Amino acid sequence: MDALLAVLLIIGKILLILIPLILAVAYTTFAERKLIGYMQMRIGPNRVGIRGWLQPIADVIKLLLKEIVIPSGASKGLFVIAPILFIAPSFAAWAVVPFDAGVVLADVNVGLLYLLAMTSIGVYGVIIAGWASNSKYAFLGSLRSAAQIISYEIAMGFALVAVLMAGGSMNLGEIVEAQSGGIWHWFFLPLLPILVVYWVSGVAETNRAPFDLPEGESEIVAGFHVEYAGMAFALFFLAEYANMILISVLTALFFFGGWLNPLQGIPGLETITAWIPGTIWLLLKAGFFLFLMIWLRATFPRYRYDQVMRLGWKIFIPVTLVWLFVLTLMIKGGLPPWFGEAG
Amino acid sequence: MPVEKLIFYAFAALMLFAAVRVISVRNSVQAVLFLVLTFFCAAVLWMLAEAEFLAITLVLVYVGAVMVLFLFVVMMLDVDYAAMREGFARLLPFGIIVSLMFFGVLFYILRDRFFGPENLPPPPPHGADYSNVEALGEVLYTEYFYPFEIAAVLLLVAMVAAISLTFRGRQQRKGQQVSRQLQAQKSDRLKIVTMASESPRKATPEPAPTDPEEGQS
Repeated sequence: MDALLAVLLIIGKILLILIPLILAVAYTTFAERKLIGYMQMRIGPNRVGIRGWLQPIADVIKLLLKEIVIPSGASKGLFVIAPILFIAPSFAAWAVVPFDAGVVLADVNVGLLYLLAMTSIGVYGVIIAGWASNSKYAFLGSLRSAAQIISYEIAMGFALVAVLMAGGSMNLGEIVEAQSGGIWHWFFLPLLPILVVYWVSGVAETNRAPFDLPEGESEIVAGFHVEYAGMAFALFFLAEYANMILISVLTALFFFGGWLNPLQGIPGLETITAWIPGTIWLLLKAGFFLFLMIWLRATFPRYRYDQVMRLGWKIFIPVTLVWLFVLTLMIKGGLPPWFGEAG
Repeated sequence: MPVEKLIFYAFAALMLFAAVRVISVRNSVQAVLFLVLTFFCAAVLWMLAEAEFLAITLVLVYVGAVMVLFLFVVMMLDVDYAAMREGFARLLPFGIIVSLMFFGVLFYILRDRFFGPENLPPPPPHGADYSNVEALGEVLYTEYFYPFEIAAVLLLVAMVAAISLTFRGRQQRKGQQVSRQLQAQKSDRLKIVTMASESPRKATPEPAPTDPEEGQS
């Protein structure tokens, strides 16, 4: 009976994370359309509900009611499994993400590795979707995506090595706690090149513009999910936006002190703002990065494929390797204020 | 405890099923996917054995990287399945003999005399704050540092060998040189000429141009 209760409790916690996440995904799509609209001197969706606020709901209903067409030449089983394989890891990764001190579903010691493992599994959904569709556009898209994700995962892995060196732990909560003590204790300054590498790799891993070659509308229609319709397509869409939000939250956690109050350490201001829960700070920081992603999409043209590969292999990996040495020196030298007591 | 046992048997059974399917399924892409499933189940079993670092590394390295490349290659290969199955009946006796010998060796080593429950008592369960990674890192970088470095050098040698095998010398390629592209200045490509926006002839337009060609010039 206790075991059953424990399982129910865990399921409840999972729902407590997933339902807000799915809502956030729905309204991220709305925010994206609105923001890009304004950036391009348009209005964006404004017809459904008050000023367009019901647009994502209408989209969801539309996608739910659409028929899922399975192409006649497709490998049926794999065609159906692919979206599930894509969305499962992007949801599973949230298990180790802390939202406040101690507020986390699974407080594991190898959280960072787990995140890396989960983000790397997602590529199977993409590859299988492309292969099972039996279409050349989908296949090209999935090959591009696989190459891109593998290339940028190496740079991302090295960036996370730097983060765990600086934080002295692979537990996400402990990494955030290591940054406590005010805005100048956060890791974004000693890890500045790593932050850039991590952020750009994150954008590339989520197949977002300017690295959206796997979907490249102008060349290969919609890439790996060109044959998907209705809810199957919606799963790909959902997973992509969940990954975007995940990368934004992780950047806030690793480099910008997660749930920590940015006014910490400033006399007066700290006590005034002490009542604000940490989750609010985390969401504000993550929201900024989410905005940055949308802003990037509205600003930059798509990379050429060889340029994407060159950036990943020839620039990011050497930069992270060099900065790992610099970081080692900083930690060994006990550079204040970040690594003083660790020395 | 029964929950763990249930998970163990479920994933062990799934792993065996997937491993058998790897060699029995006809489509090679599906075989690779079953291999991925096998790795995944193995990772779960390791997780049950409290080797969480190894389990996640297995998923990260094998499932996340090695098998993706594998799948990549298998998907692009044009395998002739009929030719592959050709000498099946002729080679079957050898196959059976080899697998029997292999089974015999494994059975000799893995039987109770060496790996029985009395020889290998389960390790004492660690507390929640016990860090597997820390313990592994401590022995890996002190006691086993020499083998660790040798393994690293071996991998490096393999990488150099693979590159030197496939490298066919510097060719006359027409590929772009990025450094030269980046060095290009605006003044190399673009010449801005200042001129009046309207031709002086048209500055005082005639009231009605009758000739259509004059309007175009």
